[in-house]
Amino acid sequence: MIQVKLLNKFFGEKQVLNDISFKYKPGECSLIIGASGSGKTVLLKSIVGLHEPDSGEIWYDKIQFNTLSFNEKKDIRKEIGMLFQGSALFDFATVEENVRFPMDFFTEWSEEEKIDRVNFCLKRVNLKNVNSLFPNELSGGMQKRVGIARAIALNPKYLFCDEPNSGLDPQTSILIDQLISEITKEYNMTTIINTHDMNSVMEIGDSVGFIHLGKLIWQGDKENILTSDCEELNDFVFASRMAKKVKEMMG
Amino acid sequence: MKKSLEQLGQYYYLMKVVFTKPDKWKIFRKQFFTDIEKLVLNSIPIIAVISIFIGAVIVIQTAYNIENPLIPKMYVGYMARESLVLEFCSTMVALILAGKVGSNISSEIGSMRISEQIDAMEMMGINSANYLILPKIAAATIFNPLLMLMSFMLGLLGGAMIISFTGIITLSQYSEGLQYAFRFYYIVYSMIKMSVFSFIITSISSYYGYYASGGSLGVGRSSTKAIVTSSVAILLANLIITQLMLN
Ligand SMILES: Nc1ncnc2c1ncn2[C@@H]1O[C@H](COP(=O)(O)OP(=O)(O)OP(=O)(O)O)[C@@H](O)[C@H]1O
Ligand SMILES: [Mg+2]
Repeated sequence: MIQVKLLNKFFGEKQVLNDISFKYKPGECSLIIGASGSGKTVLLKSIVGLHEPDSGEIWYDKIQFNTLSFNEKKDIRKEIGMLFQGSALFDFATVEENVRFPMDFFTEWSEEEKIDRVNFCLKRVNLKNVNSLFPNELSGGMQKRVGIARAIALNPKYLFCDEPNSGLDPQTSILIDQLISEITKEYNMTTIINTHDMNSVMEIGDSVGFIHLGKLIWQGDKENILTSDCEELNDFVFASRMAKKVKEMMG
Repeated sequence: MKKSLEQLGQYYYLMKVVFTKPDKWKIFRKQFFTDIEKLVLNSIPIIAVISIFIGAVIVIQTAYNIENPLIPKMYVGYMARESLVLEFCSTMVALILAGKVGSNISSEIGSMRISEQIDAMEMMGINSANYLILPKIAAATIFNPLLMLMSFMLGLLGGAMIISFTGIITLSQYSEGLQYAFRFYYIVYSMIKMSVFSFIITSISSYYGYYASGGSLGVGRSSTKAIVTSSVAILLANLIITQLMLN
């Protein structure tokens, strides 16, 4: 479970997060949607401690995370996997070295065990024969998959994905979404996903939060998102002319 | 003024994070050897070429400047040795390295910063500053003094080569001059200088890379700043060390 209470974040004078509160359960994909620049990435980075929030509380199950020191945070971070918006693969390392990077740092596993685990994770994201390639030799979709493989390397309890399918074609997007959703259910992870892709929402949104100008102004799930009367949300969901037409026809 | 004080504070804070015990010594050792290769071994060719040429030029210049028949010819060797060991092989070589190694370090770390690779490490709970920067500082600070020695030897060799080509003086006069009033302390002084300069270059360029922002333009800016700042710092440090050690 991940819980956030009244989180605020400023950059100088500018308030990017405004009193964000939510509670997300394990075994579910919780989606945060919102326009570009609404604060999704900043929210995710604040939750994992890459940004220092100005006020508010962040809880990982029974532990309050934001008051811990760097070394105390380490213990929780070993339980967190994160896929960055731009994949953030280490370009000095091969695919295999990328995935085993956290293992080298945080486990005492033997060489063999590490290789086994690497191959297991790569197989889990449907990648084969790429172990010795470098990130710049992969397509965007493959990079995302390696990013996911690296994120699940240590079998995390919490998984964060920042726009896992931006820049991918619709079919690959759905595959990646389904992959994340499957892993979440399989290992009972608490998963938070940033996206502005409505397909993802309809596909895997067990719980959905809509963030607008740094405020979480609507929370619900994929069933009731189409029928909400939140004006900003409707503008976001039915942004295209086609979607507006469909909505009008529906009633 | 306020900004540079802030930067100094930020630099000091970064160094405090860099100089902590590595998470795993095995990983540190691997990075350390990679960085020896990248920062020290790869600098050998350029330093070698420059040293040979400068050694030759110094010999020609001194020989033509000592026209007075009362000054023995062997002074050419003596002067060449002194200028190489006192200034060229440490300060000049360090300034060259500030350009080569400094821009390499700051753009490498800077592009890791803007592509979120550093965030990814921090997020895993890895002390990224320690992992990325400490091996670089250690490799250069420990092994660059050997580059200084090499540069010194090759500079003298360059002098000898130009003498045998042109015959301005005889090789035995040259070698007599090289041994005249030789002070081993100068070599120690120069190696220490080189070590300090290497610390300056690696730490300052890592600093600029680590706090790079603003896309690839930002990375370019930070590597320019790294070179300028470390060059100025080298000149200042040169003054201070010389005052302390040769007084
Ligand atoms: N390091 C920073 N310094 C100052 N402002 C920042 C910083 N990072 C983000 N911002 C600002 O915070 C706001 C939210 O940015 P954020 O990256 O969270 O948007 P986003 O919702 O993830 O958008 P996108 O969908 O395009 O990724 C933006 O207005 C941005 O300018
Ligand atoms: Mg974003």
